Amino acid sequence: MTRWFSRGYLSLMYLFLYLPIVVLVIFSFNNSVFSGLWHGFTWRWYHELFNDSSLLTIALHSGIIAVLASTIATIIGTLGATALFKYRFFGKQALFGLLFIMIIIPDLVVGIALLLLFHSLDMPLGFFSLLLAHITFCVPFVFVTVYGRIVSLDKNLFEAAKDLGATDWQVFVKIIFPLLIPAIIAGWMLSFTMSLDDVIISFFVSGPGFQILPLYIFSAVRLGVTPEINALCSLILLVTIFLAISSQYLLRGRR
Amino acid sequence: MNNQQFRFISIATISVWMLLFALFPLLIMLVSSFLSQGTDSFLELPFSLSAYETAFHYLYVRVFFRSFFWAGLTTIICLLMGYPFAYLVARAKERVRMLLLFFIIIPFWTSSLIRAYAMITIIKTNGLLNHWLLSWHLIKHPLHILYTPIAVQIGLVYTLVSFMILPIYANLEKFDWRLVEAARDLGASKLRAFFKIVVPISAPGIFSGCLLVFLPAMTLFFIPDILGGAKTLLLGNVIQMEFLDSRNWPLGSALSVILTLLIALLLIYYRKINTSKSMRGLL
Repeated sequence: MTRWFSRGYLSLMYLFLYLPIVVLVIFSFNNSVFSGLWHGFTWRWYHELFNDSSLLTIALHSGIIAVLASTIATIIGTLGATALFKYRFFGKQALFGLLFIMIIIPDLVVGIALLLLFHSLDMPLGFFSLLLAHITFCVPFVFVTVYGRIVSLDKNLFEAAKDLGATDWQVFVKIIFPLLIPAIIAGWMLSFTMSLDDVIISFFVSGPGFQILPLYIFSAVRLGVTPEINALCSLILLVTIFLAISSQYLLRGRR
Repeated sequence: MNNQQFRFISIATISVWMLLFALFPLLIMLVSSFLSQGTDSFLELPFSLSAYETAFHYLYVRVFFRSFFWAGLTTIICLLMGYPFAYLVARAKERVRMLLLFFIIIPFWTSSLIRAYAMITIIKTNGLLNHWLLSWHLIKHPLHILYTPIAVQIGLVYTLVSFMILPIYANLEKFDWRLVEAARDLGASKLRAFFKIVVPISAPGIFSGCLLVFLPAMTLFFIPDILGGAKTLLLGNVIQMEFLDSRNWPLGSALSVILTLLIALLLIYYRKINTSKSMRGLL
């Protein structure tokens, strides 16, 4: 009895979580512009997406920002996790606190704070403001992913390498880095996804000259449901789910 | 690269970045909230408290209370839905558990904008929910859910429930279930053992989950925007409008500062109940 109850409950929750997404994907193949009901299968909306050159430019912008931001954030986050793990220095606890605050604080506050920063530096809003903002909100997440892995490593490895005469840089390149690769890639994927999906922070720090996908979707969605947007969202979901699956596969050893 | 250089570079990279792009902007936000709204620029001297005076005006206090109410409701619903779920997943057999967990992580990764958008097709007046309810004769007339506060509530719960489930699951995963057996052996009923042992021990997970739901629920302005038809104004919508429509940056900054202070209070309380590594407990 309780077993059936728990199975029923789990199934209902998964239905709640997945039904809207599945419906969205199904309706991206729906052969009707307005209807909420099924009118047969078509690839039409995907064809239209790939023939919309302004949309392709926007997608390219998003791709460039996501690749650059996640790569730079991964470098900063990985170096930072190594530094905070290996060294004692002035302000270390404060830095931990700041990283933690950046994870918990709402995107809205981060977006406003960065807008005010760029405004006070007289920096025009566009590619660079977006890139700097995306790196900033990705760094703490890479840091946590990598730091979680680094504390689980065997410290004797580093000591052994040092005893054998390796410098800190050599220990980092030859020992820490290879052992951290799964976490580093997972952190990169998380950053890529967050950069690709971010609406709120980008909303404040982007300019009219450089549009990106989430903001394009946001402005389109305010006008209602269209099959093209369904198709676009389905493609983004495909990328995200692929990255989520791969990162879980990479991190599975840790759990 | 010698040891000193590596030490310096690795510490400097993250410290400088976080100071310049995290701490410094937040301080600018604090300063801006004490400036005045200019005629030619967004922010002008002299320093004044007028933004705070406006923020404590009855209109804005009402927005705060309304946001607390709706975000609190979202948090409670997510907790009631998510806790049993996390509990059942944590108690599942090892192999099944990985699969169940995996299907919870995917929604965690997908865009909340896309998921809120996906909800429209389900709940709109000529949407699937009404279609099914009508064809099963459960209702006679279609329900008007979209563009009401209820739609916003559904959207918030839908996009945020996995943020409640994961921290609670992470906490229950480490739970020693022998404690429950011990309590049962000593004569406690199942319910009593659950409320006296499982719930108190998982309190840090519950608090993390509540924080991760409550804060976005107040500030994810695009959900009230697209599901509530911009009629249900929460704190996030008001702050966003002060910045982009009304162009009252000092007021927008002041509201954000007040929000940040409230978060700080919550975090201080969180540290009190969870003295262990707070950052790892949250993720």
